[in-house]
Amino acid sequence: MNLDTPAGPVLYLSGVTVTFDGFRALDSLSLLVEPGELRCIIGPNGAGKTTLMDVITGRTRPDVGDVQYGEANDLTRMSEAEIVHAGIGRKFQKPTIFRAHTVFENLELALKMDKRVVPTLRARLTPEQEARIDEALGLIGLRGKARTLADLLSHGEKQWLEIGMLLVQEPGLLLLDEPVAGMSDEETARTGELLRSLTGKHSLVVVEHDVHFVDSIARKVTVLHEGRVLAEGPMDVIREDPRVIDVYLGR
Amino acid sequence: MSTAIVTLGSSIAAPASPGRRLYPPRVWAVILAAYGIVAVAIPVLHLAVPASSPLHLSDYTVTLVGKILCYATVALAMDLVWGYTGILSLGHGLFFALGGYAMGMYLMRAIGRDGVYGDPVRPDFMVFLDWKELPWYWLGSERFLQQALLVVLVPGLLAFVFGWFAFRSRIRGVYFSIITQALTYAAMLLFFRNQTGFGGNNGFTDFKRILGYPLASPRTRVVLLMLSATLLLSVLVLCRALVLSKLGRVLTAIRDAEDRVRFCGYDPVSFKLFVWTLSACICGIAGALYVPQVGIINPGEMSPANSVEIAIAVALGGRGTLLGPILGAALLHGSKSVLTVAVPELWLFVLGLSFIVVTRWLPRGVLGLFWREGRS
Repeated sequence: MNLDTPAGPVLYLSGVTVTFDGFRALDSLSLLVEPGELRCIIGPNGAGKTTLMDVITGRTRPDVGDVQYGEANDLTRMSEAEIVHAGIGRKFQKPTIFRAHTVFENLELALKMDKRVVPTLRARLTPEQEARIDEALGLIGLRGKARTLADLLSHGEKQWLEIGMLLVQEPGLLLLDEPVAGMSDEETARTGELLRSLTGKHSLVVVEHDVHFVDSIARKVTVLHEGRVLAEGPMDVIREDPRVIDVYLGR
Repeated sequence: MSTAIVTLGSSIAAPASPGRRLYPPRVWAVILAAYGIVAVAIPVLHLAVPASSPLHLSDYTVTLVGKILCYATVALAMDLVWGYTGILSLGHGLFFALGGYAMGMYLMRAIGRDGVYGDPVRPDFMVFLDWKELPWYWLGSERFLQQALLVVLVPGLLAFVFGWFAFRSRIRGVYFSIITQALTYAAMLLFFRNQTGFGGNNGFTDFKRILGYPLASPRTRVVLLMLSATLLLSVLVLCRALVLSKLGRVLTAIRDAEDRVRFCGYDPVSFKLFVWTLSACICGIAGALYVPQVGIINPGEMSPANSVEIAIAVALGGRGTLLGPILGAALLHGSKSVLTVAVPELWLFVLGLSFIVVTRWLPRGVLGLFWREGRS
């Protein structure tokens, strides 16, 4: 699943400010995500991580600033539905999947295709579509459980399934909100592998609290603090940054 | 976009639905046997066996079975919206009654000169109210085909308009149920009025014939029974095919996680509207077959209690199973006809108790007792 995105950035934020009753949740924040990049965003509580996600998905409107997706999409002027349609997928913290359907059917329902009523009534999977589902099953490591009811999956497996459901919609940009919250160590490690395997093919932005997890997957990390970018760069550089240690990582 | 698909060594992923087969042969055998009993054995026992024989089936039994078949069809329609899509309607009796009224109008006109007042055009109640001519909405009601169309169109249109407003406003759960209940109650009050032009609280009755065939004749009765059985079977096949299609999986997904369905790119409103309207149309047809068999339709059919009974029949048999609601309707109306004669004061207690038992101990209904399918 390569992206036909031209050389420019997938996501471009410039001078974005969001205030809630005088509180600056985002303070002229700028951010650039390249195609195929896996970007982690960390920061203490209240740093603006969730607000940032909300701005990208159209849930919150910035007071000032540019939010651009690809070349043509000005996200500040698009509705939430239009943004989903344009190819930005978001995974929320709590997994929501279709519990009465099998893993395979969950992916089938999410698969990119004509989703109006009559075409859905007539829909039959083509071999290419089945192959795409199978590929996603392989990626999320649930090929052996394709016929299992989603309700019977473990917490971690449900999270992977939801990531798979986003992948088969062929998004241009994937936003993941704390994907390893509540996972066991082993599940966290496997999620790390999964996300790493997606880099190059998909552009991902991951918001995460778990510094060890970020350490294990990130090439480039953005540290937010009080609505601004405090530091940005490879994890080993970030770790040595005195300002980051001061406000977030601790001594 | 996606050109670089990984080459797949062993593709284990099987197709989602088990082929085009609706039911395994064993289940088909049960369904067809039941159809055979109702559509062949009962007619033979009614028509060919002399009344003196203990094997003879009475008019009463034939009519009762016909009624139950119509109720079972309604239960199927209800299962589609409640069991599969998660929309609990407490007003489905309205769509059933509207179909019944549309057919009743034709039956009233078909009485012709044989009414009490002998008026060739106006039904008795209009003569009694001293109406000089037919109201505009009665025009053409002597034509069977027109009324047969209205049997589907009137409930369908009402359901579509009501659903369009309700689903678009994202009215869900118990709020939706209460509004449907209010809708059928309001319609009942409207139909109780003489001025509405549908016979007031007496409704329509004293039908003589349908398409020229006398309704009192055993043959007509048997044909109506066979039609009801065939309707039920066709609706079962239709619902089953729908449920097994991708659309059916979207409906169940809406029941379980509507927001995720929206994030997947579907518009839940149009899917709900489709199944809701289809369900109402099915109820209308069932009502149209019900009326000539029982010989009466009045606003009592729109009472909220009737609609609640439909929901209880579905819960009793097993939500989201299709076959369960058929069983539930048969159990409910079978025991109702026995108990309301034998111990009328007990019936409501039995009804309430069975609902409690099913809700508390049998989440998959009576069907779930002896038939475990891996999935709903």
